[in-house]
Amino acid sequence: MKQFLQGLKDGSAIGIGYLSVSFTFGLAAVSSGLDWWEALFVSMMNLTSAGQFAGITIMAAAGSCLEMAVSQLVINLRYALMSISLSQKVDRRFHAGKKILLGFAVTDEIFAVAMSREQEINALYFAGLAVLPYLGWTCGTLAGAVCGNILPENVSDALGLAIYGMFIAIIVPAMKKDSRILKITLLAVVLSFGLYYLPGVSGISSGFAVIICAVAASAAGAVCFPMEEETKEGA
Amino acid sequence: MKTGVFWSYLAVMFAVTYLVRVLPFVIFHKKIENKFVRSFLAYIPYTVLGAMTFPAVFYATGSVITAGAGVTAALIAAYRGKELFTVAVCASLAALLTGLLLQVAL
Repeated sequence: MKQFLQGLKDGSAIGIGYLSVSFTFGLAAVSSGLDWWEALFVSMMNLTSAGQFAGITIMAAAGSCLEMAVSQLVINLRYALMSISLSQKVDRRFHAGKKILLGFAVTDEIFAVAMSREQEINALYFAGLAVLPYLGWTCGTLAGAVCGNILPENVSDALGLAIYGMFIAIIVPAMKKDSRILKITLLAVVLSFGLYYLPGVSGISSGFAVIICAVAASAAGAVCFPMEEETKEGA
Repeated sequence: MKTGVFWSYLAVMFAVTYLVRVLPFVIFHKKIENKFVRSFLAYIPYTVLGAMTFPAVFYATGSVITAGAGVTAALIAAYRGKELFTVAVCASLAALLTGLLLQVAL
């Protein structure tokens, strides 16, 4: 129980952050033609930002289900990498049944907070960590979808930055603390700029571009600055 | 959009997103000993978020100037160790205020 409460506490900031990001998702979903309850279902069943934004774009354009599947796979493939990382840090009692249930809640932020723990990850802790972000994500979507249209455009534009603000809040402290992470993250950012602007490669979809940059930079990091054993210090 | 079409889109989205997360989580249960793989996985969250943020963030508000102001505010707040929510609010507020200033100035 103590673990669960600690998880709730650690997840509260993510939950509040998700409120604002999912609010913008609710806005976007309704303006692209979904009903408010459809927007809500998308958030309840996916709990992901980039994938959902891409999903409603495909729905609005009446794309094929294959296109939907490929876009979700590419954009969300990073979760596979995160889940592998996470599988290395969970404790022995985190069995397959719990993984099938709780694995749903692997998101960029939940993953980052779980991995920043010193000790091994307990299933109760992870469950607690997921509760408030899930509530924030669904409630924010509902609020954005229902009352979104009354917001002035400059406010909704500014809210579009909220998700990136959260990403920055996760990477900057790690870069400050560890010069290897600093160098390798900067490498990923430089690659990302390259793929975005260089002629010839700038046609690559943004989901693919993220995967290429992250895999290339992380591989370079693993070769140049291998991390020493750091997960042995379980409490 | 017809309701039936919506449900099939949603089913595809859910199936792919769920399996991408859960399959690797369930399949890998032994500790990976390989140092390269371990290091690679340790870098992944930061490289993914870095590549997702830049340069896309500069186009998130429809104006590179307001987005740039938001990024600057977020970087400063994050460097000072503020929480996720605070950093997100700083980014949005800075972009909003810069947009209002630009409106007044132009």
